[in-house]
Amino acid sequence: MSTPNILVLAETHDNTPADITLELLGGARQLAAATGGQVVAIVLGQAGSAAAEKMVGADRVVVIEDATLDAYSPGPYLAVLEHILTLESPRAVLIGSTTVGLDVGPALGAKLDAPVVGNCLRIEKQDDMLSVTSSLCGGKILADVEVRRGPAILMVLPGSFHATDQPATPEVDRRASPVPLEPGRITFDQMILPEAGDVDITAQDILVGVGRGIQQEDNMEVAEELAEALGGALCASRPIVDQGWLPTTRQVGKSGMTVKPKLYLALGISGAPEHLEGMKGTGLVIAVNTDPNAPIFDVAQYGTELDLLDLAPELTEAIKTRRVAT
Amino acid sequence: MKIAVVLRQVPDLIEPLEIVGSGNALDLDGASFLVNESDDHALEQAILLKESAGATVDVVALDFGDVDNTLYSAAAKGVDRLIKITLEDDKPPAPKAAAAMLAQAIGPIEADLVLIGCQAHDELQGALGPVLALKLGLPYLGVVRGVTAGDGGLQACKEFPGAVMARMNVQLPAVLGILAAESPPRYVPVSRIRAAMKSTQFDEQPGAAEPTEPAVVVRRMYHPEPAERAEMLVGSEAEVAGRIADILIERGIVK
Ligand SMILES: Cc1cc2nc3c(=O)[nH]c(=O)nc-3n(C[C@H](O)[C@H](O)[C@H](O)COP(=O)(O)OP(=O)(O)OC[C@H]3O[C@@H](n4cnc5c(N)ncnc54)[C@H](O)[C@@H]3O)c2cc1C
Repeated sequence: MSTPNILVLAETHDNTPADITLELLGGARQLAAATGGQVVAIVLGQAGSAAAEKMVGADRVVVIEDATLDAYSPGPYLAVLEHILTLESPRAVLIGSTTVGLDVGPALGAKLDAPVVGNCLRIEKQDDMLSVTSSLCGGKILADVEVRRGPAILMVLPGSFHATDQPATPEVDRRASPVPLEPGRITFDQMILPEAGDVDITAQDILVGVGRGIQQEDNMEVAEELAEALGGALCASRPIVDQGWLPTTRQVGKSGMTVKPKLYLALGISGAPEHLEGMKGTGLVIAVNTDPNAPIFDVAQYGTELDLLDLAPELTEAIKTRRVAT
Repeated sequence: MKIAVVLRQVPDLIEPLEIVGSGNALDLDGASFLVNESDDHALEQAILLKESAGATVDVVALDFGDVDNTLYSAAAKGVDRLIKITLEDDKPPAPKAAAAMLAQAIGPIEADLVLIGCQAHDELQGALGPVLALKLGLPYLGVVRGVTAGDGGLQACKEFPGAVMARMNVQLPAVLGILAAESPPRYVPVSRIRAAMKSTQFDEQPGAAEPTEPAVVVRRMYHPEPAERAEMLVGSEAEVAGRIADILIERGIVK
């Protein structure tokens, strides 16, 4: 039998909880109100310890103060989490759909024979089950699922919950690792930072985002000319960066940059959740996509189904003409 | 080095996705399939390792969708062996059953390295890689972009936000969940695929599914109905371009 508690796997940066962690704590608060349990945040490593008191929304924060856990490596992380989950026996564990969460969630599910749901957008208690909505197929399909037993391991998409606005300082329990931490066969070596010198897309007011709809490297020029006419910069979805048509510093999304421009003009970008999480705070989104069902139209204020290769040159001209006229 | 690569089929998102009459699953009968994008990167990474460090590459796939074409294309890229796991019905198995079948086929290969895409867009219950790794008794690292062979092991780069990567040392055997290979999947000319169709034999193995009780039950699948959708601009290219330019000027974004 699980307890009614809700656990949150916390992630931290520079002594501060990550945005996704504060969102998870907000979601966990709502869920705990329904289950009648506590919200317990788990912080792994010494480096995150200073963020423990800032875990707004948690009743209790458990910090495993061991430097082995400062950088992610799968063996020690899983060993500690498996132990804590078995001990705490929560109703649900909320994990961010982050590059660490995507590894840890399913692995814990398999180890503990626990139910796992990925890409969660909504979590509610319904009778003695949890009712969860998950996003599939790049955001084109939603699934409402029932999770009947705990601990439910739920990997949550960024932006699904709000941080709580009722701050209270949590009780913090700092402990040594409850299990021996063997380094395992996959170990952290070093962080590699992006090369400096490229345009900082996070500081731009106007961005022209290019997606796979651009089709060929030769066509990048049309988007470049448009960005120039607008006085903005080019950024891209992941497939463009994977092709090497733009550097990684121009990628917007989960493993790329988080941008908040005044204008994001999305050319041939479908609007997969991993891309959208990097452009949530944009002022105005205009999307050009030949597929009327593309999820990008759900976040855009204006859209058109015209072919980007036909529209972009016309738009460049229209901008130039109006600039001359004013 | 012996490498095993998992190639999965996923519905093509370019085509409209339909829901079955009972409303709780995708209608796969009418769907068109293609290879899961990150699995394709996993295959490319395996071939790059084969070219740079020397390796055999065995591909393992479950038999549904357009799997034969995916396997012929892998053959044309130069893999050594193609294992097709045949299924009792023509449906993708549930994740646990899929992991068990793949592990059963991969186990005897005694692979040093198992590569699988770190995600598939139709995965409801999270990534398959970690579940497969546990079945094989191997460690797992996912969201990997680029793997290089070094002395006594591999180095894999795991992606983090902000274009930051963590370089990790990987002692084999291990399972890696690939997001992107060091270079994009290579193009194979149709003529090479046709030649592979004539010369390639699949190693067919029946997949035995263990019956499992589902812990996650799908009640409803549906197309999202957004609270607000974009105002769609229609007309010729010149008209729509003019309208967008006007909007940008009205809002003071372009001066
Ligand atoms: C762990 C992880 C991290 C990820 N991180 C990121 C990330 O940081 N950033 C990111 O972007 N993705 C990321 N992804 C990938 C993400 O899931 C999607 O695959 C990706 O965003 C899709 O890019 P896209 O929209 O350009 O391509 P697609 O999804 O292929 O969409 C192309 C679009 O172009 C349209 N189109 C085609 N031709 C035309 C035309 N002529 N004119 C107009 N429209 C056209 C099509 O209708 C389609 O909607 C990540 C994935 C994983 C698993």
